[in-house]
Amino acid sequence: MRPLPELTPENTAFWTGGAEGKLMIAFCTDCAHAIHPPQLVCPKCWSDKVESRAVSGTGTVYTYTVNHQPWAPGMAVPFALAVVDLDDAPGARVTAEVVGAAPESVAIGQRMKVGFLNIDDVWFPQWEPAQ
Amino acid sequence: MILNAAITGVGMSDIGRKTNRPAILHLAEAARRALDCAGLTRDDIDGISTYPGKADNSPGMSPLGTGEVRNALGLKTRWHSAVPDGPSQMAPIQVAAMAVATGQARHVLCFRALTESSSQTATQRASIPGAGRARLGGWYSYLVPANAMSASNWAGWMAQRYFHEFGMTREHLGLVATGQRAFAQHNPSAVMRTPLTMEDYLGARMISSPLGLFDCDVPIDGACVVIVSAADAAKDCAKPPLTIAAMGAALGSQETWDQRPDLTTMGAHDSAADMWARTDLKPADVDVLGLYDGFSIFVPFWLEAMGFCGHGEAKDFIAEGHIGPGGRFPVNTGGGQLSGGRLHGFGLLHEVCTQLWGQAGGRQVEGASVGACGMGGGFIAGSMLLRRD
Repeated sequence: MRPLPELTPENTAFWTGGAEGKLMIAFCTDCAHAIHPPQLVCPKCWSDKVESRAVSGTGTVYTYTVNHQPWAPGMAVPFALAVVDLDDAPGARVTAEVVGAAPESVAIGQRMKVGFLNIDDVWFPQWEPAQ
Repeated sequence: MILNAAITGVGMSDIGRKTNRPAILHLAEAARRALDCAGLTRDDIDGISTYPGKADNSPGMSPLGTGEVRNALGLKTRWHSAVPDGPSQMAPIQVAAMAVATGQARHVLCFRALTESSSQTATQRASIPGAGRARLGGWYSYLVPANAMSASNWAGWMAQRYFHEFGMTREHLGLVATGQRAFAQHNPSAVMRTPLTMEDYLGARMISSPLGLFDCDVPIDGACVVIVSAADAAKDCAKPPLTIAAMGAALGSQETWDQRPDLTTMGAHDSAADMWARTDLKPADVDVLGLYDGFSIFVPFWLEAMGFCGHGEAKDFIAEGHIGPGGRFPVNTGGGQLSGGRLHGFGLLHEVCTQLWGQAGGRQVEGASVGACGMGGGFIAGSMLLRRD
């Protein structure tokens, strides 16, 4: 019973791209800056020409934690939460749960690829080790 | 440049766990004690300031706003403010300092009240933002729905990266936790006072790696009041004024916990650097420190941010005994939030002031006259230097 994100003009692409298997990241079309979390204005050049596009969905673990505490009823523990530097969106990180691997096996520098978990109208990115 | 502002009184309620005592009773008790400390009466108070204002982001997080407190205490104010978006939990103190320095008020009652202990239940945990809400917005919405619900997860990322880069281990954080507990044994108002050994620390259950139970501060019920006075008005108070020698509020990174380019630093680094740029005082002048310890890992971050040691050096600085009892730079001498309870930084400032007035009993740092306080973790931070003249 995790709360869901409210879908807004700036974040709908990010939260629903998973329906087509795509990790959608916002970029400034004027200066090419990657903007995450997504915004309507580029924080680097103030352009409002911001568009989301699919990235490869691969990256490298910058840091992680293994959560052991059930913070909400029904939360199954332990699980790993990884903060991943995206390969093709410099400066942007996507934070998500790790699946398909023992939580304790996650490591800084590990290569990851994205998958998605659908709940209601939201597709949550999830990281799993890239083989 | 010194602000024309000083702290003249502090007061804390009888804090505890599961007190089931209404927040306003904690607040009134803390206010009475702060006025007694300052030698002021209710009618002297002409300003009121708090963080974040009445808010229900998570259970018991902020049951009182300025309105409830003005009503309950019958205050007539010339100036009031509640700051949810300022430089950390220190924002109301910094804003009050600016208010008295610009003549908007003479004596400002700054407060923080929490009932997180009594308010939390099995399904409504303290400090879980958005608990029970269907949809979340803002920066929370990229973390909490992704199952990164707790600040212990966010601080865990910082700790894990720091461990990786600098070779810190759980034992180093254990020295923070056990050292603060040793201080707490000399503080009758601390909620956790039984001795804590390294074995106890390492044996406790993991919360969010590498942070375990004793790396996390303790939700409590309680209130703390700090009185900020104009410099000329402070001279008439009962105690020597604690001049606000400098404060810092700079913030250079995004408002969220996972995007700062270097997560072995945090907002503290921006804020503390800004504070030092405004004073001739140096870290070597500081006698006692109050550093935000919502999680133990924030203490080494703040030590480095404040320049007491270099980046990556905090583990050795801690292992050499500088911050515990008898150390040259004692940190959180009342037990901090890890052992004293989470008053969102106000308790740490209360302790620094108590030290500077020489009233810290068995934990007194002899001759302490300059104190440094840093509040906040992650992207928020406020820094302050206090000097007893």
